[in-house]
Order: sequence, then structure tokens, then C-alpha cells
Amino acid sequence: MNKLANKTYTYYFLLPAGIVYFVFFLLPTIMSLFFSMTWWTLTDWKFIGFENFVTFLTEPSLNIGFKNTLIYAVVTSGLKVIIGLLLGVFLSSKLKTVGFIRSMVFFPTLLSTIAVGIAFTMMMHPSQGIINIVLSGLGIVGPDWLGDTKIALLSVALVDVWKGIGMATVIFIAGIMSIPEDYYEALMMDGGNAWHKFKSIILPLSRPAMNTVIILSFIGGLRSFDLIWTMTKGGPGFSTDLIASIIYKQYQAGFFGLSTAGNVILFILVSALAFPLYAYLNKKEVDL
Amino acid sequence: MLNKRKILAGFVHIGLFLTIVTGCGRNDGRIINHSDTNEVTVTILFDSQIEQDGIRAVAADIEKKYNIKTEIETRPTGVEGHEIIKTRLATGDMTDLVFYNSGSLVQALNPEENFVDLKNEPFMKDVLEPFKKSVMVNGKVFGAPVGNAFAGGWLYNKKVYKELGLSIPKTWNELMANSEKIKGAGKTAVIGTYKEQWTSQLIVLADNHNVIAEYPTFAEDLTSHKVNIATTPTALRSFEKLSEVYQKGYLNSDFQSASINDGLKMLAEGTGVQYPYMSKGLMEIAKQYPDQMNDIGFFPQPGDNPDSNGLTIFMPAAIYVNKNTQNLEAAKKWVEYFISPEGVKTYQANKTPIGPLPLKGVNVPDHVMPAVKDILTYFESEKVTPALEFLSPLKGPNLPQITTKVGSGTISAQQGAQLYDQDLEIQAKQLGLKGW
Repeated sequence: MNKLANKTYTYYFLLPAGIVYFVFFLLPTIMSLFFSMTWWTLTDWKFIGFENFVTFLTEPSLNIGFKNTLIYAVVTSGLKVIIGLLLGVFLSSKLKTVGFIRSMVFFPTLLSTIAVGIAFTMMMHPSQGIINIVLSGLGIVGPDWLGDTKIALLSVALVDVWKGIGMATVIFIAGIMSIPEDYYEALMMDGGNAWHKFKSIILPLSRPAMNTVIILSFIGGLRSFDLIWTMTKGGPGFSTDLIASIIYKQYQAGFFGLSTAGNVILFILVSALAFPLYAYLNKKEVDL
Repeated sequence: MLNKRKILAGFVHIGLFLTIVTGCGRNDGRIINHSDTNEVTVTILFDSQIEQDGIRAVAADIEKKYNIKTEIETRPTGVEGHEIIKTRLATGDMTDLVFYNSGSLVQALNPEENFVDLKNEPFMKDVLEPFKKSVMVNGKVFGAPVGNAFAGGWLYNKKVYKELGLSIPKTWNELMANSEKIKGAGKTAVIGTYKEQWTSQLIVLADNHNVIAEYPTFAEDLTSHKVNIATTPTALRSFEKLSEVYQKGYLNSDFQSASINDGLKMLAEGTGVQYPYMSKGLMEIAKQYPDQMNDIGFFPQPGDNPDSNGLTIFMPAAIYVNKNTQNLEAAKKWVEYFISPEGVKTYQANKTPIGPLPLKGVNVPDHVMPAVKDILTYFESEKVTPALEFLSPLKGPNLPQITTKVGSGTISAQQGAQLYDQDLEIQAKQLGLKGW
């Protein structure tokens, strides 16, 4: 047998997967890097260097998305961690109805985001929405949840938290359940109370779960699009525009080069924030 | 062993080869299954939201008359639809006939490359000049009109106007004075429905007649970047009007989250009295509030000079012929019949006309709503100007967001106009206009 063929034939079996990876993942990445530096109409293009990036970073209607996206990602991932952890502790106890409550908490995760968005848009209507009707029954004048530019972004973030909390809770439950019983026994021997149990055992030892939740929900928040688009379309004005919704609008307007540049920027931003965060969180993990 | 390996490697090669070949190949060859050589099928694409009965009736006529079958495809409305059209044109997968907007939107589709020039077709001689201008690129005319033109301006409740003893304002100051009185009477003077953000543009868009009356070459000068909006007082005035309505507290309290339907309801019931909107709202009023239909009137957005009072109009959508069509003659025949008096009659049967058609020899029937009569008066006296987007290829995609901000007091008129200038700059560069 030919020696060379003997050495290389195994690589043939990598080829099908390799080609799929190249055609559907590598090639589009390279192409988008290229087209982000062009003036592009789908049929025709002209190389213009970094002009699209400059436009994207300097236009106020475009770069407002950076601030909003960061606020959105921090608020949603922060709340998901805090509420998810509390729910996780509560739902890993030996309550009788725990199965039922767990499914209740997980249920929103199964819904379509668009449906959730439409339902909450109706519920958040300032005069006819059920939220403000209930609030006015309690004697509180509810705000215009999605119409007030100061709180619209937070309103959408809250809906995002409601929808995503189930997943965070499930990850926390799994993390808490995997803590060996020995630690609790040791704590009982030392006479620790419930607070000690939470602070000294559950919190440090569910760290891997917490890191997963932080990373997943933070990246999810950075590239969030569907809920914002259903509920506000970036409005009122530009007050709830995220990077993703701005990119989408640029595509709609037919500014293909510009929007591709936006995607590259979003990619860089997510990587620049997610990798250091991941490294930092991993360093703080303790071994069981 | 060796043989087996060789065979396997061979299969892998063939498999990969096929993947590449089929992956890159484009299915250009349409399967044509004409059983009868005289029978042609024309494919047609339109917005799923438009009223289809008229078009289907015309298609049935055409099949009877010319033995041309019509195959209808629909697309989503608005910007998503715009994307579909762009993509289908770019990939060579377009229907023979396309219904689409006239004006600045169609300019973005690169008509010279994608559509057939209809300028020299005999049937185009009946199409009125202002419409032709809205589908014209470098002197070539690409579309034929679909249905009637719309007016942009103010719908108002005549009953309340009468109760309060108000008359139709001829200047912006008169409109503000009327609004003050309406507000004093405890009603909403100006209806805002910013849930549908595009409706916040109307005060700016419908002001174009006044802008052009004062500055006749504004559209050309803006397109060639001789002037900006923020530094042209006449154009800036449109943004100031929008801002003023908010600053004086004339809007309904829930204007940020009210929808068009909420707005029409307020107008019909008289709790809201004036609504800057388009005449197509009248169709909905006729449908949903037939009893109040006669209480609704229409006046154009007034300017500062009562003598130049007139109407800003929006051209109807157009029907375009795909340049790559394989049924060019049949497609042209389709268009010819569609805009012939006979075709228009079929198209308009069972419809409430809400504006004039840009076609010679086609008149609007007498039994129209009072508000439509108000609109037609302006057409008959030729005191009309097309909206800016029909005079210039420029219409910044962020205008709805900007007008929402100005109209809700988040930013000033001056800031809004500056933002819009930047928006136009991005668009002009994308369109490759000269002078930007």
C-alpha cells in the first residue's frame, strides 16, 4: 500500500463535515468581514474600507444601541441570576408541590417569544392593559410601560426575565442538587442555621451553575432581538433600540454593507465582553 | 481491504462532488408545462394586505379576454416586503409583474436594471404626468398606477367643529387657535397614534405643499445636497409644527401607545377632533363607523400663507414589469388592460373611492364620502403637490423614530431636523447620489 495514502486517507472522513463547516460557517464569516467594508446592493459592491464602521460608531441613531444593549444585558442577566438562585433554593427543598411549582416556573420558557411579546404589549397598555387596571384598583397610577422613554427598555427587560427565569432556575436546581449531602451534615454538626447553609455551602458550591447562567443570559441579552422587536420595534423614538434591532433596520432600509458592519461590531463586542467574563468567572470557581 | 477502501474513497469523492455541484448550481430553467401553446400564465406579486378582490376580478377578465392566466403570489407588507422584493430581484427569482410603491422606495430597487421601461407603450399616454414622475428614473417610466392617489392632511370631526363654531383653518396659526378652543372644550384637539410610529411623520410629510410653495426647487436642492433640512427655515418649519402640537398639550394623553384604530375611534366618536393622517383612514372609517362617516371632513395641513393653501398628495402604488420576464407581451397586455377604463371599472367595483386616479378619462363617481369631496376639490383646482418622497429619491429610514422623538418632546425640532439630515446622508451615500 502507498504510504502517503495510508497516512492521509483518514482525513477524507473529516472532509464532509469540514466542507459543511466551511460552506456554512467559515465562508459566511469571511464574506461578512469582506462585505462589511463595502458599499453593497446585493448585486453590486464597491470597496470603501472602514467607512461603514465609522458611520456605525459615530451616527447617534446607530450608536445609541451600544448603551441600551449593555443596560439590557446587565439588567436581564443580573435579575435572572438573583431571582433564579432564590427560586432554585426554594424549589430544591422538599416541598410537596415542588414538581408543580417547578413546571409553573419553567412554563414561560416553552412559549414563543413573539407570543409573549404580543401578550405583554397588550397587558402593558397604559389605559386598557390589565397591569395598570390592577394597579389602579390598588390606587396606584401605573406608568405607560412601553410608551415612556425612561422605562420602556426596563419594561421589556422585565418581560425577558419572566420568560428566561425558568431556564436559569433549572440550571440552579441542577447545581444545588449536585452538592453532596456530606456538607450539610457537617454544617449540622457544627450547629449552622439556614443562612449559614445558604451562604457557606449553596452559594459557593453552586458557582458553576451560576457562571453558566451569567454567561448564557449575558450573551443572550447582548444579542437579544425578538422580544424588543415585537414589543416596541426600538421605539418610542430610538429609546429601546438594541444593536441587533438597529442592524435589522439597516437591512430593511437596504443598507447591506452598513448592516453587515454592524453585525461584525456586534460579534466583536460579544466576544470582547464574553471571553474575559468567562475567564474571570472560571478563576473564581472552587473545586468540590 | 485495499479495494474496499478505494471504493469507499471513490464514493466520498462522488458525494462531495455532487454536493458542490448541486450547491452552486442555480435552478434557472423554469419548468414550462404549457399544454396549449396559446395559453400563457403571468405571475404576479403583491402585498398581502392590499384589497385583492379588485385585482382578482381584473385577472378573471384578462383570462376570459386574452386567454392569459394569472398566478398570484403574495408577500408581507411594509419593510419586510421591501426586503423580499429586493432579494427576489437580486436572485433573479421575480414574478412577471410586481405591485410596489412609487416614489423614493422604488428608486431603491434600481429600476433601470430590474424593470421594463414603459415610456413608449401606447397605453401609458393616459397616465398623468405627476404619477409618471414618481416612477421615473433618468427619463424612463417604469410603472403604471394601481388605484387612487391619497391625500396627507388633517381628518376632522365636522360635528364638533360646528358645535364649537370653528371654521376650516387656512393658516397654521388658525389651526392652533382652533385647537386651543377644542382643548378648552375638554376634548382632544390633536390625535396622536404613535404606537404605529409611521403616523407620527404625517405633520412633517403633509407639510410638503407648503414647503414647495415657498421654496419651489427644494426637492432638487435637497437631492443634490445644496441645502439641508435643519438649515432651511421653510423645511425646518415642518418639524417645528410637529413639536408645537406637543408643546401646547393638544395631544391625547396616551398618544405614545394609541394605535390607528384608537385614533379613528376617537375621531368618529368626537372625543378627538383633529387627526393628522392620510385619506386612507377614510376607508377604515367607512368600514367601522358607517353611521359617523358623514361627520368626518378633511383639510390639508395649513401653511403660514393663506393664499398658497393646498394639498400634499401621495401617489398610488404602481405595477412594474420584471425585466427578466419570459412573458413580456402577456405582461404588457395585463398592464394595458389593468389601467384601461374597462379594467379600472372592474378594479373599482364594490369599492369606496377615496381619491382620484392618475389616469385621463377616469372619473370618481359622485357617491363619495364628504371628506373625499373635500379632497377632490383640491385636485380639481390643481392645488396639489406630491409628498417629498415622490419628488426626491431621499426618504431617510429613521424618519418615523425621529418624528416620534420630536412629537413627544424628547428632542427639539432643530435637533430632530439635524438627526434627519444625518439619516439622509447615510441613505444618499447608500444610493450613490452625487454631491454627498
